[in-house]
Amino acid sequence: MKYMLLIWNRPGFVEELSEEERNAIFSDVDVIMKELTESGELVGGEALAHPSQTRTVRPGAGGPEITDGPFVESKEQFAGYLMVDCETPERAAEIAASWPDVTRGVGVLEVRPVMEQAGTEM
Amino acid sequence: MSDRAVEDLLRALAPQVLGVLVRRHGQFYACEDAVQEALLAAATQWPAQGVPDHPRSWLVTVATRRLTDEWRSERARRDREVAVAVREPACASVAPPADEEPPSGDDTLKLLFLCCHPALTASAQVALTLRAVGGLSTAEIARAYLVPEATMSQRIRRAKQRIEAAGARFDLPSAADRDARLHAVLHVLYLVFNEGYTASSGAELHRAELTGEAIRLARELRRLLPDDGEVAGLLALMLLTDAHRAARTGPGGELVPLTEQDRTRWDRAGIEEGVALVTEALTWSAPGPYQVQAAIAAVHAEAPTAADTDWRQIVALYRLLARLAPNPMVTLNQAAAVAMVDGPRAGLALLAPLDADERTAGHHRLAAVRAHLLELAGDRDEARTAYLAAARATTSLPERHYLEVRAARLTTDR
Repeated sequence: MKYMLLIWNRPGFVEELSEEERNAIFSDVDVIMKELTESGELVGGEALAHPSQTRTVRPGAGGPEITDGPFVESKEQFAGYLMVDCETPERAAEIAASWPDVTRGVGVLEVRPVMEQAGTEM
Repeated sequence: MSDRAVEDLLRALAPQVLGVLVRRHGQFYACEDAVQEALLAAATQWPAQGVPDHPRSWLVTVATRRLTDEWRSERARRDREVAVAVREPACASVAPPADEEPPSGDDTLKLLFLCCHPALTASAQVALTLRAVGGLSTAEIARAYLVPEATMSQRIRRAKQRIEAAGARFDLPSAADRDARLHAVLHVLYLVFNEGYTASSGAELHRAELTGEAIRLARELRRLLPDDGEVAGLLALMLLTDAHRAARTGPGGELVPLTEQDRTRWDRAGIEEGVALVTEALTWSAPGPYQVQAAIAAVHAEAPTAADTDWRQIVALYRLLARLAPNPMVTLNQAAAVAMVDGPRAGLALLAPLDADERTAGHHRLAAVRAHLLELAGDRDEARTAYLAAARATTSLPERHYLEVRAARLTTDR
């Protein structure tokens, strides 16, 4: 079963960290990515640019309207995702719990099952 | 020879060649890689240059060469003496040339038991079985399971490491372990089948080939273990289920439930073979869960219309299945069958305890069966609520679509 792990954190939090703290986070990420690659669970993942680079497209009266800035104005923003393929939802949550945003208290991960194209007739 | 014929030949030869290598050299991990490389070489060369006179010997020779190449380069890296000991096992000098050795069915069996080793997770067992016994390439398996090739490759590598770490042997399990180990093999083949069967529509067609592969491996297993009733039962269940394939989805890929399928589109040959297999097996074998499930599928298959279904017999078979393999999912199906004999309220009563079972509480199939029975009972509002609960809980797009449509019907056609 595939799960998307959505990473939410406060944009710019990295700027406030010391170099040491920053390196520690990057090395945490390396460790997890290596582990997930070796276990054959990693499907993919991307980090997103700073929310200031976002454009939001909405339906408007005269057609789609494009504005600068994110859709949801909130302290925490969607910062990137991991896609994993693992045996159980518990395992997906365990991976999320080991992600540095959570372990270092700087962000939140949302674990969401990915819909499948296959189905059983009922 | 066509590409397709070459592919079929290679898949049939894959476990035989791997068996020869593992028997001669031990080292399942390295032998499996070497055989995979030989299969890839054959897949590119044979269609263009023709199939060699002794295809199995060709593969054994090429795989053995890969293996020794690998050992040579490893020897350059590692301690010389250790590598030499590994390269020249005691039996090497007595092994006859590959083409003089008849293929051994035992090899395929041993490989199946090895790939379905209890030290592995189900997804690892599946991937390794498809590669080592099925002869599929990593790329093909990755495509079928919708993950990147690197992910699948790593999963297979990890599985092989686990098997080695667990000290698993290329051997038939002891009498004490046999049933449990065979059960794991049957379960893996069933998982492969199901993955392909549930995917068999539209964009997912390449995955549907997994049903064919599962049936092929089940046939091979039946050839090797003709006296096992459950092997026959599993093959029959696959054939009877696969017979619905053309009727199980509508033109837009939407799911069509069994009772609403166009039975003229069922595959008669598959049904006949499946019914004969399970009927015959039940005359001499103690009934097991796969045989009983196949028998249930056979009762459905033999009804000319849904209204002709012998629900009493199906209820009796579910009762037997619940005794042989107690499982809340069985209770779920049993409740649906009981509803057809004793009315929907009787079925609903059977569902009630499942809300307290953590394996089914909140499960979309429980909500879906409940919705269906409530609809039969004429309780439209509650049925609609249950359909929507099921639609929210499923992680399958076609199932969600089906459940939402059922819910919508209850709102509109008053």
